[in-house]
Amino acid sequence: MIVLWGVAVVIVGFAIRLNPLLVVVAAALITGFLAGIPPLHLVAMLGKAFNDNRLVSAAYLVLPLVGVLERAGIREQAARLVERLKGLSVGRLLIGYLAFREVTTAIGLVSIAGQAQTIRPIVAPMAETAAAREGELDEEARQAVRAMSAATDNVAVFFSEDIFVAIGSVLLMVSFFASNGMPMDALTISLWAIPTAIVAFAVQAVRLLLFDRRLKRGRRA
Amino acid sequence: MIRLGFVYLLAGLMFAAFAVLSALDRNNRKRLGNAVFWGLVAVSFLAGDRIGDLANGVLVLALALIAGLGLLGRGEPATTSPAERRSLAERFGNRLFVPALVLPAVILAGVLAARLGDLPFVDPKQATLISLGVAAIAGVIAALFVLRQPPMSPFQEGRRIVDTVGWAVLLPQMLAALGVVFEHAGVGKAVGQVVTTYLPMDSKAAAVAVYCVGMAMFTAVMGNAFAAFPVLTAGVALPILVGRFGANPAVVASIGMLSGYCGTLVTPLAANFNLVPPALLELPDRYAVIKAQVPTALFMLIANTVLMYALAFR
Repeated sequence: MIVLWGVAVVIVGFAIRLNPLLVVVAAALITGFLAGIPPLHLVAMLGKAFNDNRLVSAAYLVLPLVGVLERAGIREQAARLVERLKGLSVGRLLIGYLAFREVTTAIGLVSIAGQAQTIRPIVAPMAETAAAREGELDEEARQAVRAMSAATDNVAVFFSEDIFVAIGSVLLMVSFFASNGMPMDALTISLWAIPTAIVAFAVQAVRLLLFDRRLKRGRRA
Repeated sequence: MIRLGFVYLLAGLMFAAFAVLSALDRNNRKRLGNAVFWGLVAVSFLAGDRIGDLANGVLVLALALIAGLGLLGRGEPATTSPAERRSLAERFGNRLFVPALVLPAVILAGVLAARLGDLPFVDPKQATLISLGVAAIAGVIAALFVLRQPPMSPFQEGRRIVDTVGWAVLLPQMLAALGVVFEHAGVGKAVGQVVTTYLPMDSKAAAVAVYCVGMAMFTAVMGNAFAAFPVLTAGVALPILVGRFGANPAVVASIGMLSGYCGTLVTPLAANFNLVPPALLELPDRYAVIKAQVPTALFMLIANTVLMYALAFR
């Protein structure tokens, strides 16, 4: 039980907004120390774990492309496209993106879009333009629109990725059942992810429509 | 055979370029900090497999110190002005989306080809990441030609974005490493013990609620549903839901995992989803995306609990 202090370090460190990299390394060192792992061994364990997880950071390979596109005006062009589509509110725009992202993710295409390559250069500028159609956005509203764009991508991915049979989490469940002596087909597990995906679409879509209303009301006030 | 090493080589070269350009950036007062930070990341990608575990560990400590002591500045390489961008957008029009579409098109082609088993020179298990690497290069080349951008612009513009994200770039990888240390120290077991010992599970509904809410909370604490799943499924779902109440294990597991994701939506420990995007979108509130997700997460947790209760016992 004593090792749970490591979790407490993380929670407190994040809550009082210390630098998260420092908090995470401190939590790792404290947890390892409390578990009785010798210091040098602990540093080596952390180093090996960091090295083994480099693929987590490989996604940043898209940054040079995104940067060049921004330099050439892709965000402005995304905004221009939305200007031409009269009547497209920010809520409806993001509902369209939500549907696109859920369907493509469910068939295994989770990596064709993402926060760095889609939300920042294309979807967020589109959403801001759609929201600003009925008058200038104040800074608070602009930030809310951006955050909602990022949130919509996460919600879409999380609740539809398990419909695809070859995703890591489904394979984890299959191997968990196998090691517990209960052979299970990946397809059976992935089919039972469909009801949640449908509910998630409905919940986020309703929230986006309410978001439209709130923006409108905020402007009138 | 192309393996993950190819992706690491690309990433290493990219961060090395960021480091060199940072060192040369006279407008950034903290340029040395930036150069060393991105340089260490480049070393990790290029030589991480050769320098040994202890050296990697020292590298991790150095990265955390540079970030924690505020030695990382924000480089602002010369780029086009908003007015220039507007006129470029008018000139190029929808041609701007061509290089942007090269990225998903190449990834899609790579993933499909690997699934059909027709790419003998690519390691099929890593097809997605390798396709991502190839797609990133193809996209940049397309952008340079179609949009006639200067040859150094991918590195300078990439550095502009990486500096707006700053230390948060490494947070997801650092948290994955923390997960490994937690695992070795038995943190997962301790949390699982708390959940299974102190919570009531004497009715079907209570057991379903304990499992779903437990998955969400455990995931929020560990930052990852994959860490919570084996502990709580072995501790609650198999013995009680399946064993005592006869629930369908496929329904329980599937919806249980999705309950875990409700926890992922609200935890800063899932940094790649929750903390990197606010940095990418230049939001001053580090937790802005989490706040936007909380209502959906709560609704979905209730929905998952109801769905499991309705579907698992038929």
